[in-house]
Amino acid sequence: MTVTTQTSHAPARNYWRRPPIIANPRLRWALGLGLGIYLAAAIGTLDINWIRVAEGWPRAERFFSGFMPPDFFARGDAILSGLLESLWMTVAATALGVLISVPVAIGGARNVAPMPIYLFCRSLMALSRTFHEVLIAIFFVKLFGFGPFAGVATLTMATVGFYAKLLAEDIEAINVSQSEAIRATGASWLQWLDYAIRPQVRPRAIGLAVYRLDINFRESAIIGIVGAGGIGATLNTAFDRYEFDTAAAILLIIIGIVMAAEYTSGIIRKAVQ
Amino acid sequence: MAVSKDDHGPLWRRRTSKGDFAAWLAWLIGAAVVAVCFSLISDKTIWEFVWSAPREAADLGSRMIPPDWSYSTQLWRPLWDTFNIATLGTAIALIISVPVAFCAARNTTPSTSVVRPIALFVIAASRSINSLIWALLLVVIVGPGVFAGVLAIAFRSIGFCGKLLYEAIEEIDVPPVEAVTATGASSGQVLTYGVAPQIMPAFAGISVFRWDINIRESTILGLVGAGGIGLQLSASINNLDWSRVAVILIAILATVIVSEWLSAKIRGALT
Amino acid sequence: MPTLTLSHLTKRYPTGDLALDDVSLEVPEGQVMALIGPSGAGKSTLIRCVNRLVEPTSGSVLVGDRNVTEMGSGKLRRMRRRMGMIFQEYALVERLTVMENVLSGRLGYVGFWASWFRRFPREDISTAFTLLERVGLAGMEDKRADALSGGQRQRVGIARALIQNPDLLLVDEPTASLDPKTSRQIMRLIAELCTERGLTAVVNIHDVPLARLFAERVVGLQAGGVVYDGPPNGLTPDALTQIYGEEDWNATTGKGDAEGSAPEDGP
Repeated sequence: MTVTTQTSHAPARNYWRRPPIIANPRLRWALGLGLGIYLAAAIGTLDINWIRVAEGWPRAERFFSGFMPPDFFARGDAILSGLLESLWMTVAATALGVLISVPVAIGGARNVAPMPIYLFCRSLMALSRTFHEVLIAIFFVKLFGFGPFAGVATLTMATVGFYAKLLAEDIEAINVSQSEAIRATGASWLQWLDYAIRPQVRPRAIGLAVYRLDINFRESAIIGIVGAGGIGATLNTAFDRYEFDTAAAILLIIIGIVMAAEYTSGIIRKAVQ
Repeated sequence: MAVSKDDHGPLWRRRTSKGDFAAWLAWLIGAAVVAVCFSLISDKTIWEFVWSAPREAADLGSRMIPPDWSYSTQLWRPLWDTFNIATLGTAIALIISVPVAFCAARNTTPSTSVVRPIALFVIAASRSINSLIWALLLVVIVGPGVFAGVLAIAFRSIGFCGKLLYEAIEEIDVPPVEAVTATGASSGQVLTYGVAPQIMPAFAGISVFRWDINIRESTILGLVGAGGIGLQLSASINNLDWSRVAVILIAILATVIVSEWLSAKIRGALT
Repeated sequence: MPTLTLSHLTKRYPTGDLALDDVSLEVPEGQVMALIGPSGAGKSTLIRCVNRLVEPTSGSVLVGDRNVTEMGSGKLRRMRRRMGMIFQEYALVERLTVMENVLSGRLGYVGFWASWFRRFPREDISTAFTLLERVGLAGMEDKRADALSGGQRQRVGIARALIQNPDLLLVDEPTASLDPKTSRQIMRLIAELCTERGLTAVVNIHDVPLARLFAERVVGLQAGGVVYDGPPNGLTPDALTQIYGEEDWNATTGKGDAEGSAPEDGP
């Protein structure tokens, strides 16, 4: 290839390397070495029983042949009542959770709430987010007994952790000039919330509620396994009785509903935003 | 908005009377639905158990305190396993989700009629099965232990990471991609030079986000035998060994707090 | 033989918009041709039909004696190496370094893994350094593209197009987002480089005075058709009215003497 550009005075460089992402070479090598050691240690302690894994395929085959064909009817009543129970739990928990979340979110937004209230609300959110739903469900089942009440309590708590946190972040991200303009009119604090904050966060608040409804339904299928009611309880019973064909039917129904719910919630969220 | 007139001149209201009515009706119906749900649940609830909850809680609390601190020395290994399940599971999921996402994104997919629907189905199927159910299935297939947990986390996360990633790919800036194409680059080079640099920040963010979620998820996989600290937890609960349960819960709490702090640090370093 | 021959080129988008309507043009070797016209006249579509970033609906594009419109993807890629393109808003990959952006002009010549590991041939790298110096960006090779100013970014874009060692330069609104002074500098740089290397160039440009200043020939597009084709000084108010519609053009066609004394080009 020929270049017709006038040649520069200095001999042209013909070597170039991309500058590394981490400039400090010692840090770079240390991080790389650390990562290598970690991976070796982690994979080394995996304890994979390859003989057992090799047996996996025939086992899986037997397992899945038990699933086939899925039986939707033998326990049709139980499946239907489980599904409906999941649905009640989902609606009740989402409504209650959102109702509790709104004040918590307002309290947890730094630009709205004073420091002590902010800290209180934030720790409330952190508390309800720390433990996995299933762990919370185990304890609520211990406290409230088996059944959907424990499920609603679990999902409500999880909803508060999720919804309040995201709503608070949304309130913190509002447009400042709009909020200043309302404040400049001499509006009271409540009027300011109503006129400056509410219109700005409303679309996202609705979108998040729909999204959480969707998540709560999925979770309701899981927490039932530890006794908190809903379709998960039906699933657990089916597994316990070795009725794998019914279990397969339930799993398929859950997947179907989750996909349908995700599709519709996507449409609703797009429509409000 | 509605402006009407009465004796004193024009009158403004936010909605027409009809709109007002519709809004109230919608709220009423919503409230009624929720009330019905609550009453159906209350029918299935044994309220004596609920009313005894405070006593139950006090009882549980007294059994948990003091926590059996000596047990904590046996928790290092399960915690290490829990951490590995989350980290290796996330890593595997990321490696698989990248090609899946490129196949699913409208602007990079090799074919919209065959490959894209398949990729979207993989994402949807992976997402709609909870990691606990994945673990349930995998324990049967590969046997109980950490490996089943790693795979369960990976299988669940492929869909999550794949979805967020393909959405990021669909939102990239088009002109740089055009520019790389115009130099005569092959499609692989267009991906690595035109597309990949643009989605790097999203990729890093998604990894940290999912890793944080997976730490939480991997604490419960032990309940179905897929390794991690959940194994110790379910054993202690079954033995009604509440002072040990307390120690395990504290350990989980500490792990989650540390992981949250770590991911916040990484996220801060990335932006 | 002309470097670029368009015959009966037509492009109708799936939306039904007719962007190009039976355009036939010949650009002889070494000519810098400016393409002017209102937004939506089809200037960008025309340029993109030449390297087939946009597929023409009918008609043909010949570069030299080779028909671009009939090429399969492999041949098209080899053909694209011979055509450098400079974009509106620079179209740099912002998270890559200046050097990587320039070297991406050689992607058509190196294999996938070589480009993956950033192992470009030494001649390419020394050409890249020479070009960076020529466009006034010496020493900037390790900066990330998003750390540069608009004018600097467009210089990177120019270097990227030139490292392809093209026969034909396709330039799409190179000054659209630059301030007036930088616009001049960039246009002058492009014109100089075309003269130095004897390049044929098609330059889309909004700015009529700039087109008059730097192009040897001006083609006016209006609603997908050629309505003016002639020397820059033939752009009378009447011609401009035909291209752009009714307006007082006297200020625009007024002598370009003030423009000739624009400050010297510098980084």
